[in-house]
Amino acid sequence: METFTYYPGCTLRTKAKDLDTYARASAEALGIALEEPADWQCCGGAYTTARDEIATKLSAVRTLNSAKEQGRALITVCSACHNVIKQTNYDISRDEDMAMKVNNYLQLPEPYAGETTVYHYLEMLRDVVGFDKLKEKVVAPLKGVKIAAYYGCLLLRPSAALAMDDPENPTIMEDFIRAIGATPVIYAQRNECCGGYITLEDKSQAAKRSGAVMGSAKDQGADMLITACPLCLYNLKKNSGSDLPVYYFTEILAQALGLKEGNDE
Amino acid sequence: MNKNLKEQVLRSSGVNVLKCMRCGKCSGTCPSYDEMEYHPHQFVYMVEKGDIETLMKSESIYKCLTCFACVDRCPRGVQPAKVVEAVRLAAVRQQDGNRLSADQIPSLLDEDLPQQAIVTAMRKYAK
Ligand code: SF4
Ligand code: SF4
Repeated sequence: METFTYYPGCTLRTKAKDLDTYARASAEALGIALEEPADWQCCGGAYTTARDEIATKLSAVRTLNSAKEQGRALITVCSACHNVIKQTNYDISRDEDMAMKVNNYLQLPEPYAGETTVYHYLEMLRDVVGFDKLKEKVVAPLKGVKIAAYYGCLLLRPSAALAMDDPENPTIMEDFIRAIGATPVIYAQRNECCGGYITLEDKSQAAKRSGAVMGSAKDQGADMLITACPLCLYNLKKNSGSDLPVYYFTEILAQALGLKEGNDE
Repeated sequence: MNKNLKEQVLRSSGVNVLKCMRCGKCSGTCPSYDEMEYHPHQFVYMVEKGDIETLMKSESIYKCLTCFACVDRCPRGVQPAKVVEAVRLAAVRQQDGNRLSADQIPSLLDEDLPQQAIVTAMRKYAK
């Protein structure tokens, strides 16, 4: 069994327990051991691109460094955590000034310079397990279910740092959907923003964005939509005004692996 | 034009605004276009001109969703979102510049709202 450092993040401990629970159960069934670092902190939710911001980057560096010290790759599952950690890792390996200030603050036994490999859980399925292998482990294929994969912005962009997939024509989630026996639905809004945190101060903008995403998926005949992001799930469910069901990708993964009852919505 | 503010925004963003060819693609792809008084390409242009205070006073700095669409789709690699962020930071870092305070949070919550939304908003709107 291969072991990875696993970073759940604050929301997976609270409002997004399903994203976490089924990620862990499915990993175990796939022969992947996930171990949390001892004292992880919230990633902050959004990466601060400003070069003169240091404090907001420390939490992600601590997480990256604890994986480095354990000699393991790091796995994330929440799109936002993944984005913050990936961008931090990218910048610290290129921006000497930032790396110097961060390391002067943290005083680690050995300075951190971007050594850790970071996988989103979907990348782990593709690059470590392999979608072919995953397909073999599926006991309850989601035959005939038309699933719209929602990437949003955080999984793909900025693509130089995230480097998960082609940012304009991604396939990783569609390949995942095929591996669990369902049919992917391609729709125009799959890599456009849901509105994100704007829901806190402008519900109408969040409604407009998330409504556009759901409308686009429904027009293409989707039965359901999947996401890796708790805030996307919130906007798409609460602000879009659409009745299209929305699930975390880990829920349908667990269902296909026979670890979870089907959704009856 | 405020030279110090311009210098701060240029350094903080790390963006070379002179690379912009004013094609407007960033604004064309921006999901917040309709909500913004100044659009991403205008941020780049106004920072070049040193007109930072106008941007700092505009609601537009709080309308950017940080979706990085403008960053990925700019044909010149300008990274307009980094300019928007640097201007927003220049505003919220000022004395009494916070847009959101911790005591306002409880009134914004509902039972399904993920923590992620709150921590993100605190990063965007406060220092
Ligand atoms: S897309 Fe790039 S080059 Fe075109 S206006 Fe925007 S910043 Fe300038
Ligand atoms: S990052 Fe901000 S400015 Fe750029 S496209 Fe997205 S919302 Fe618009």
